[in-house]
Amino acid sequence: MHQPDAQPRPSIFYDYKVHPFRSPPALQGTPDAASVAIVGAGPVGLLLALRLAQFGTWSVVLEQELQVSHGSRAIVLTRRSMEILQQAGVAPRFLQKGLPWANGRSFYRGQEVYRMVMPHSEDDRFLPGLNLQQQYIEQYLVEACEASGMVDIRWGSKVIALQNEPGGATLRVDTPAGEYDLTADYAVAADGGRSTIRRLMGLRMEGRAYAGNFVIADIAADLGLPTERLCFFDPEWNPGNNVLVHREPDGIWRLDFRLPEGETAEQALEPARLSDRIDKILAMLGKPAPWKLDWATVYTANTLTLPDYVVGRVIFAGDAAHLLPIFGVRGANTGVQDADALAWRLAMAARGAPAGLLATYSHERVQAAREICEEAGKSTRFMTPPTEGFALMRDAVLSLTLSEDFPKDLLHWRTSRPHFYADSPLNSFPEENAAFAGGPGCGEPLANVRIGPDDFLLDHLTEPGFHLIAFASSAEAGPDLADFLRACEPLPLMRVLVAPAFGEDLRALADVCVADPQGRVAARYAANAGTAYLVRPDGHVCARWLSAGADDVSHAFAIAAGAAS
Amino acid sequence: MNPQTSTSRPLIPKRLDNAGLEHAYDLIAEAMDAAPPEKRTLFLAKLAFVLANLVGDDRQVAQAVEAASRDL
Repeated sequence: MHQPDAQPRPSIFYDYKVHPFRSPPALQGTPDAASVAIVGAGPVGLLLALRLAQFGTWSVVLEQELQVSHGSRAIVLTRRSMEILQQAGVAPRFLQKGLPWANGRSFYRGQEVYRMVMPHSEDDRFLPGLNLQQQYIEQYLVEACEASGMVDIRWGSKVIALQNEPGGATLRVDTPAGEYDLTADYAVAADGGRSTIRRLMGLRMEGRAYAGNFVIADIAADLGLPTERLCFFDPEWNPGNNVLVHREPDGIWRLDFRLPEGETAEQALEPARLSDRIDKILAMLGKPAPWKLDWATVYTANTLTLPDYVVGRVIFAGDAAHLLPIFGVRGANTGVQDADALAWRLAMAARGAPAGLLATYSHERVQAAREICEEAGKSTRFMTPPTEGFALMRDAVLSLTLSEDFPKDLLHWRTSRPHFYADSPLNSFPEENAAFAGGPGCGEPLANVRIGPDDFLLDHLTEPGFHLIAFASSAEAGPDLADFLRACEPLPLMRVLVAPAFGEDLRALADVCVADPQGRVAARYAANAGTAYLVRPDGHVCARWLSAGADDVSHAFAIAAGAAS
Repeated sequence: MNPQTSTSRPLIPKRLDNAGLEHAYDLIAEAMDAAPPEKRTLFLAKLAFVLANLVGDDRQVAQAVEAASRDL
């Protein structure tokens, strides 16, 4: 019988809530079935459940523990993750607590050799990074799931067996009150890097694991430093290795450093040794302040992915699907994009959409993971050189950066970014797409645009579902535009109209009106009167026309909704 | 943190883009790994001499030698 720990986890900054285990109907002899069962209440599983709820789909979340993440784990949310959380309706809480940042500094031999400036424009609502401990990320998502009334989070429920059959998956769940079976039309494995589901199904990941262990340690200390990413290459106290420092809310600092070759995780976490290294890092920062340890762990760098994320009725997302290096904050942020890409398709599949629609999730996200592995591999080869040759090149570049500028960009590992699904089977009308002189193309996420003070384009697109963004050039609709918008009314999508101003007649033609008095949205989207973009529920463009017709929109919608091309 | 600032002025203009630099980085790293360890210095000397010939300009070769000699 599964006996989860009922004592709140120790933490010096986070007050753990122990959620009660509630005995499900199956343990009273009532058969138990769910449309979607999600294994794992981490950020990916919870966000997926929340998005499913917004699309009107109930889900059961099975979590073996009774409380949120042990330790701060994933601490940086990217701008794209924040945009997704905004769509999920939870961004304000994250912003209230999190620490936004845009820059980093890298040091070598006591000299600042690189200043990382992450791309940011006035059209972006969110800064490139937001630091927030995973405990809070999960807590806010749990609370939003509970408020939705459409997510059944079952704490203390551990999956121990699985049957994957053509019509659905049956999960054997072990609980403090005994075992039961839960049958689901679809089961989602969001159970993390050591995925039980992946192991039960005997699935192998492809790619490589890198040598070298890294320690992450969270300490409470009064360092008085701004929110930016600090990196120290090859410090005297840890030759050949590197140290990263991030600020977290609640006066917590994340220290991250590579261990000398051959040192084990047990040796590294031995209190006296860890304590000595933390002192050395603080001395290196010029802040030899008193500190208290909250949590520490050891990780390794991998670039591994499953070759397919949809296996019968079981779907993989987040670390259960892929293991990516943390350089460039790729772990949770990739998982957030997985959840967003999966939610709308799964909601449609649960209502009987063709099976091919879910296959496109795998197509897009496996490709994204492979590209991330390729990119992250380059960062990883710099951060943890696999051979003598790569170590020498790393040392050569570091030495050159003390006097030369040309190699400095090699010190910046690319940061997690939204993926462009350029060859997604859900895209259509490629010639019309190519005719645009700018704007986000097919497969790209929508570009945000600042419309006014505290007013951005994406703020207006928070209804769950497909959006059709159409453009008008004046406050009155011409007959063509009026006919077009009326003809699109029967389609299950939100008609968003962007116009310099709105007369009463024009306003009545759309579900959402976006006033664009300076034409900034139209310019960013290379749009004229009559231009339209068809946008998937995860905010990626799937078709666009300089001059749109309702039949074309209807056809593109059918393709994007999985009804084959 | 009181970082020192370098007193040496840069000598080398950036001619490759980042992708080009990364490609060269990987290529040279892999070639070093392919050479027997005791022959790596010989390989690097040959490589530098070959590149000097390709640069085809005494002054630039001298600047490259000076840049590479700094901060060893």
